[in-house]
Amino acid sequence: MTAAQTVPAPSAPRPVLPDAVLLQVAGLGKSFTLHLQGGVRLPVVANVAFELRAGECVALGGPSGSGKSSILKMVYGNYCADAGSILVADAGGPVEMVGAAPRRVLRLRRERIGYVSQFLRVIPRVPTLDVVAEPLLLSGTAPEEARRRAAELLARLNLPERLWSLPPATFSGGEQQRVNVARGFIAPLPLLLLDEPTASLDAANRQVVIELIAEKKRAGCGVLGIFHDDETRAAVADRVVDVIRFSA
Amino acid sequence: MSPSALPAITYNFAYLDEQTKRMIRRAILKAIAIPGYQVPFAGREMPMPYGWGTGGVQVTAAILGADDVLKVIDQGSDDTTNAVAIRSFFETTAGVATTTKTSAATIIQTRHRVPETPLVAGQILVYQVPIPEPLRYLEPREAETRRLHALADYGLMHVKLYEDIARHGHIATTYGYPVEVEGRYLMDPSPVPKFDNPKLSESPALQLFGAGREKRIYALPPHTRAVPLDFEDHPFEVQRFAEPCALCGAQGVYLDEVILDDAGRRMFVCSDTDFCSGRRAAGHRGVMAAPYEEPAADPAAAKAGDAP
Amino acid sequence: MSTPFEPNEEQPLLQAEGLTHYYGRRLGCRGIDLELHEGEVLAIVGESGSGKSTLLKLLSTELPPTSGQVSYRMRDGAMRDLATLSEAERRLLLRTDWGFVRQHAEEGLRMTVSAGGNVGERLMAVGWRHFGEIRDEAGDWLDRVEIARTRMDDDPRTFSGGMRQRLQIARNLVTRPRLVFMDEPTGGLDVSVQARLLDLIRSLVAEFGLAAVIVTHDLSVARLLSHRIMVMKEGEVIEAGLTDQVLDDPHAPYTQLLVSSVLAA
Repeated sequence: MTAAQTVPAPSAPRPVLPDAVLLQVAGLGKSFTLHLQGGVRLPVVANVAFELRAGECVALGGPSGSGKSSILKMVYGNYCADAGSILVADAGGPVEMVGAAPRRVLRLRRERIGYVSQFLRVIPRVPTLDVVAEPLLLSGTAPEEARRRAAELLARLNLPERLWSLPPATFSGGEQQRVNVARGFIAPLPLLLLDEPTASLDAANRQVVIELIAEKKRAGCGVLGIFHDDETRAAVADRVVDVIRFSA
Repeated sequence: MSPSALPAITYNFAYLDEQTKRMIRRAILKAIAIPGYQVPFAGREMPMPYGWGTGGVQVTAAILGADDVLKVIDQGSDDTTNAVAIRSFFETTAGVATTTKTSAATIIQTRHRVPETPLVAGQILVYQVPIPEPLRYLEPREAETRRLHALADYGLMHVKLYEDIARHGHIATTYGYPVEVEGRYLMDPSPVPKFDNPKLSESPALQLFGAGREKRIYALPPHTRAVPLDFEDHPFEVQRFAEPCALCGAQGVYLDEVILDDAGRRMFVCSDTDFCSGRRAAGHRGVMAAPYEEPAADPAAAKAGDAP
Repeated sequence: MSTPFEPNEEQPLLQAEGLTHYYGRRLGCRGIDLELHEGEVLAIVGESGSGKSTLLKLLSTELPPTSGQVSYRMRDGAMRDLATLSEAERRLLLRTDWGFVRQHAEEGLRMTVSAGGNVGERLMAVGWRHFGEIRDEAGDWLDRVEIARTRMDDDPRTFSGGMRQRLQIARNLVTRPRLVFMDEPTGGLDVSVQARLLDLIRSLVAEFGLAAVIVTHDLSVARLLSHRIMVMKEGEVIEAGLTDQVLDDPHAPYTQLLVSSVLAA
């Protein structure tokens, strides 16, 4: 199983990225084959190409079903790409995400790429504060410090303090989403993927998220996002990449 | 019925045929060569039930010579049924001399005790062993216990001792206390009280162990270390008795409790009857001893006669 | 799930090549290759009879392979073919550097020995001879797996199913193994008990940087605990990869069927 998934052989030319480019997507294609429905093939996107630079926020635009989330998930290594390349800047040089070994992907997620999904995947029994602090703990921050920063973020996102010690399983959609946002924003990772981070938030909390994204950009972070409302997108995005161009 | 009245049924010397004795001697030699290791042997049916010392009897039969002097004890006594039966068995089948005196015996077959009188070079102590496997309590599979022995993998035995301390506050194993032989094999010393454990180690006598039901022989050659297992903070200790023998006044010996009446009065007397009567013959008196009399012909009378 | 570990890019901890086992003429599993690195959790999923338990037994040397080999990086750094280990070496490995948590606690515990004795056994096996220290260490581990110290001298027959599994975990982890095998560790437990156990396993795996091979038929267990997943069917691996990728974007028809068969709560 490993042979097919390892990084390119040493003889292959090493990919390079222009300065300040954190992410370069080229020729990326994805389709689903639904074996349970007689093997019907659902094309999603083809020839996706864009770049993301440090300090920049790029929004993926297009109607729902156009493949925005799929692109985000391929960049995170959550979906397999059929074709193309996703180069992610890493300390030791760019890494090809397409076909990378699972361990390589996990390390990129730990060290380079943060991801805020639409829904919080709840871990049973873990208190909210620890759910949020976990990415920091994983990158080696002391537990006290990690919890302090988690508390800071939760406070900014107006999550009532009495909820912090509870597992988020029973929280409302908006509360869970704020936990999810806090968890995604806490670690200082250079590349942040956001899948409708403000979808179930009220105006005040949406504003907090907009500020958080602006802070990430100022810190030199590259943000790739899907934003359902025009207001948020206009507030944070430097460019919009229209995914319709890549429809397969 | 005296043996001479029997018709022409004759036994080989010491009951077992010579081929069987040779087989058992080979097992004994191997056991001596690998101290503490249980050597399987082709145990024979003996004219007594399992549990009555068939293993010890076969070992004794295999090593007995015409000029040997045999002593047989059961729980320290020369006069209990088991001891009397085995002694008369060899009187009948081998015609050897028997004795109750430890110092006079060349071979002593024992059930559950080591004599108080120190053994000397040239003597052989033959133990009757009910269950030879010290790990049986925790590991019922024979194949597995043999593997554990092969690998000297004895953590399990400490689990048992751990359980003792956890449940009773001290190591509650009071008999059959496991020993490690010369840093190698774990060995069950048969159900002797742990009081006797120190006598096993570095004894000048040869000690042979015979298990009839399980058909195993093992041995402690003379001057072999047999170290009781223990914990650093719960070291091995022998039992101590608060009072001396009520009959002979001996201290530092293993005592049996004898209930005297329905009111629960009791006395403690030497478990080793030969040792006790020897001391009394030498003039030692315990608090409940009657004035000394010459022992009756039947050794059983010695103890019975002293009981109130 | 993502947990911290120091990936040793050079050498895996456990490596299997062409692992095949036949029970007589019946196939157990065939041609399995895998690598497991330190701190990595691999889930093996599939239905009953898919060969996942056979594979676990082959990896853990409980069953000799018909062909193929398993290698392990020993604590001294040397990669050893497990078939060449002496029985003594193999046992030492099993009770120090490895753990095995079984679905049925009675196969993984000594049911007539107290909880403290169960945890202390490995310590005594590697030469601990101080009762007080053994007891303290066992007590620390009972705390860790959330068993009250007051139950330390009770034997596991008096424990609930969840407690027994937690005791198994303590018994296995007390020697700080680097690799733990788990066979349906949450099988047969109530859902709430399962959640607690999963959380415990998850945090211990992260805390100690354990590598683990977990056999389960429960995809949510795999998702929660594992970094990587192997899907088995009829003795062969039909799909493997990053756990969330295989579960969210399954390619093989059978994996799609498995994933779509999960009941959403």
